[in-house]
Amino acid sequence: MTATAPAPAPDTRTTRTYEAYSHSPWRRLLVNREAAIIGLLLAVIAVALAVVPNFDSPLTVTYLLRDIAPILLIALPMTLIIVTEEIDLSVASVVGLSSVMTGILTQAGWPFALAAVTAILVGTLAGVVNGFLITVVGLPSLAVTIGTLALFRGIAVGLLGTTAITEFPEFWTDLAKENIPGTPIPGIMIPFAVLAIGFAILLHFTPFGRSLYAIGLNTEAAAFSGVDVGRTKFLLFILSGTVAGFAGVYFTLLYSNARGDNATGMELQVIAAVLLGGVSIFGGRGALHGVIAGVLLIGTLGSALRLAGVTSDIINVITGVLLVLSVVSASLLAWLRRRRISAIGKKKGASAASPPSP
Amino acid sequence: MPVEIAASPPAPPALELSKVVKSFGAVVALRSGTITLEQGSIHALIGENGAGKSTLVKIIAGLYRRDAGSFRLRGEEVDFHTTAQSKAAGIAVIYQEPTLFPDLSVTENIFMGRQPTNRFGRIDRKAMRAEATEIFARLGVSMDPDRITEGLSIADQQIIEIAKAISLDARVLIMDEPTAALSGVEVERLFAVARSLRDEGRALMFISHRFDEVFALCDTVTVMRDGSYIATESIAETSVDELVRQMVGRDVAELFPKLPAEVGDDVLVVEGLTRTGVFHDIGFTVRAGEIVGLAGLVGAGRSEVARAIFGVDPYESGSVRLGGRALPKGNPRVAMARGLALVPEDRRKQGLVLDESVSRNVTLAIRDSLATAGLLTNRAENAAAAVWASRLEVKTAALDAEAGTLSGGNQQKLVLGKWLATRPKVLIVDEPTRGIDVGTKAEVHRLLSELAQQGMAILMISSELPEVLGMADRVLVMREGYLTGEFPRAEATPEAVMFAATAEKEDAK
Repeated sequence: MTATAPAPAPDTRTTRTYEAYSHSPWRRLLVNREAAIIGLLLAVIAVALAVVPNFDSPLTVTYLLRDIAPILLIALPMTLIIVTEEIDLSVASVVGLSSVMTGILTQAGWPFALAAVTAILVGTLAGVVNGFLITVVGLPSLAVTIGTLALFRGIAVGLLGTTAITEFPEFWTDLAKENIPGTPIPGIMIPFAVLAIGFAILLHFTPFGRSLYAIGLNTEAAAFSGVDVGRTKFLLFILSGTVAGFAGVYFTLLYSNARGDNATGMELQVIAAVLLGGVSIFGGRGALHGVIAGVLLIGTLGSALRLAGVTSDIINVITGVLLVLSVVSASLLAWLRRRRISAIGKKKGASAASPPSP
Repeated sequence: MPVEIAASPPAPPALELSKVVKSFGAVVALRSGTITLEQGSIHALIGENGAGKSTLVKIIAGLYRRDAGSFRLRGEEVDFHTTAQSKAAGIAVIYQEPTLFPDLSVTENIFMGRQPTNRFGRIDRKAMRAEATEIFARLGVSMDPDRITEGLSIADQQIIEIAKAISLDARVLIMDEPTAALSGVEVERLFAVARSLRDEGRALMFISHRFDEVFALCDTVTVMRDGSYIATESIAETSVDELVRQMVGRDVAELFPKLPAEVGDDVLVVEGLTRTGVFHDIGFTVRAGEIVGLAGLVGAGRSEVARAIFGVDPYESGSVRLGGRALPKGNPRVAMARGLALVPEDRRKQGLVLDESVSRNVTLAIRDSLATAGLLTNRAENAAAAVWASRLEVKTAALDAEAGTLSGGNQQKLVLGKWLATRPKVLIVDEPTRGIDVGTKAEVHRLLSELAQQGMAILMISSELPEVLGMADRVLVMREGYLTGEFPRAEATPEAVMFAATAEKEDAK
């Protein structure tokens, strides 16, 4: 309903009409953080194609997407969690735990599919533990998931010690490394695409998604509008654990390796990418396509720089600077906008001071 | 040249405010603040909520600057820009809830920021402790100067604030509703302290809603109403009835187009609702087509009752029935589905998501019913939002403008629209016109009246007596967590309602 507004309504009780949007569709599409990150991603790809040798080889695409697939997957539920102003730092430990479970159960002679499903359910259970402590007991998610980060990792390492399990059915390891026929794109991108579409619909096109933004911006007003804040967050942590469990199974198969210290530190890579993608750490802001672009940006930049012979510590420095700049630019933009609004407010105040019409 | 009168003039008043004006934007909080505090005397300041008492106190405390009028201290014109200046001039304000440092000792709190030092430049704990002990002795209260203030009662904390004021040798003490949270014994002790300060020649100002206390303690009383000075009386020459009349004596007819409505069945039935320490045994009914006013002072527990009924707050016992069916506790979602809506007290914190668009705010409470096959689009939201925004004549540039950019009155309309969009059977509105301009206020009143006429049951909580009396078919009154009165429209006089809201009653404890 994009009715156009006529001249200001006179003082009688006429029906007002409203513009749906203050800006043109083009401006809404192009002038936002998500568009900026996508633009930056395209620019990095363009430059890399032009100057980095071998960047245009299909193998680069395959390895890049394979490597960042776990981050892409986990970033989906992480986005929803950060939108509600919470955080889940335990995801990488859940990946490790799930990986170890996959290994142990396979070694114990379980059919691989059953072992994998069990490992994913262990991830779900980890999410339940987080969700229970955060929403039922009422502890802050930062503290809880720092704790379970150590706890889940501890269990994972404790179960396998320093050994690694490397024997997995070939059918499954091959499947994990398979590309979509005729493309350099790894097969894992199919389940990722399905999940990404599912999460995007959930976040952007459902009443549930609306309630997430409301929680992130004003928990109290959300509760007053009938949002069950506790149950909603509980569900998000369960989703996060489950997806991390799935990522753990994939990780194990990709590298044919189940170890307690798999994916150590990945939680920070995920959160960095989510924030870079335009999600506000204070909740209530962000969109899923921005997050996916953010993960791809960090991955692509790293891959291109590695191919150009840059050492990994320098890559870390560059990624870090990028992240800080993105956060600073967000604050800067918000500050500029506030200034503009207050300037408008002052103008309005001045005109209101002139004699009011009857 | 005027000649100085040689004969000893009467001592100038300790503090004198005359025709002080303070406005915030278009809202005039104080029209003519006038009060004179004499040395060695206790002066009461009374008035309804919104009468301008707090603004007056804040001007004296240096928190606000007056726009006009005169402010004299011992005969000299003063103009405070900061609270520090006010303190330095010998004024101390003791608030209802003192703000002490909980981890520091009583003594350290008294001398915070101006600790005496010995000749080595270190804090002289001995001197500090001795002075604190001496002050408590003078006040006649027993208090361990070394104990940590955390866990002290509000009464004890107030005593510490008073001790601080005395150690600063404050000549003017202002106590803003100090007894609201005190027990009977504690009130007595506070009064004893206040009297001893008066006898030392200090000037005291005492703000209270409790007439018995005003009559027990004070020498003179000033009444304010609608930001204006009404009268100053000697306590010996006035009465409760007289003061109540002066507090409310305004024309109730300025307003409110109450339309006749057909009253139907009981829709909302509340019985024995209790949450210990907050509200006790609250029972009432609201019928279709009826506006029931819930009056009382701020802090009487009215909003808490509304929140418990709606389900965002818990309650311990009692029941809520909506349209004949019991409503489960603590479940706003079910309450909404059954046709209950609550327009909360604080629109900025509870009513709206200020950083979210107008459109999403209007549709937040109807997000489920607005979805088709579980999917919700901007288009559907904008369409619904446009309907309700235009029905309430919300002024906004576009539907995607953030709610926080709207004016207070338009924000209030937005909250009303958000809840009317749920098409409720029962609408609870908590302070529906607080802080909005007169024009919008009239619009809100007209709207509520129309809704009742269409058969909605409305419970209206308001601290503005004229609003309650003008709008309501029936008036309920709460005081300190208890329902203390119920009046049909014809019997709801300002005096009767004010009396139920303030005076101690025999049958309620």
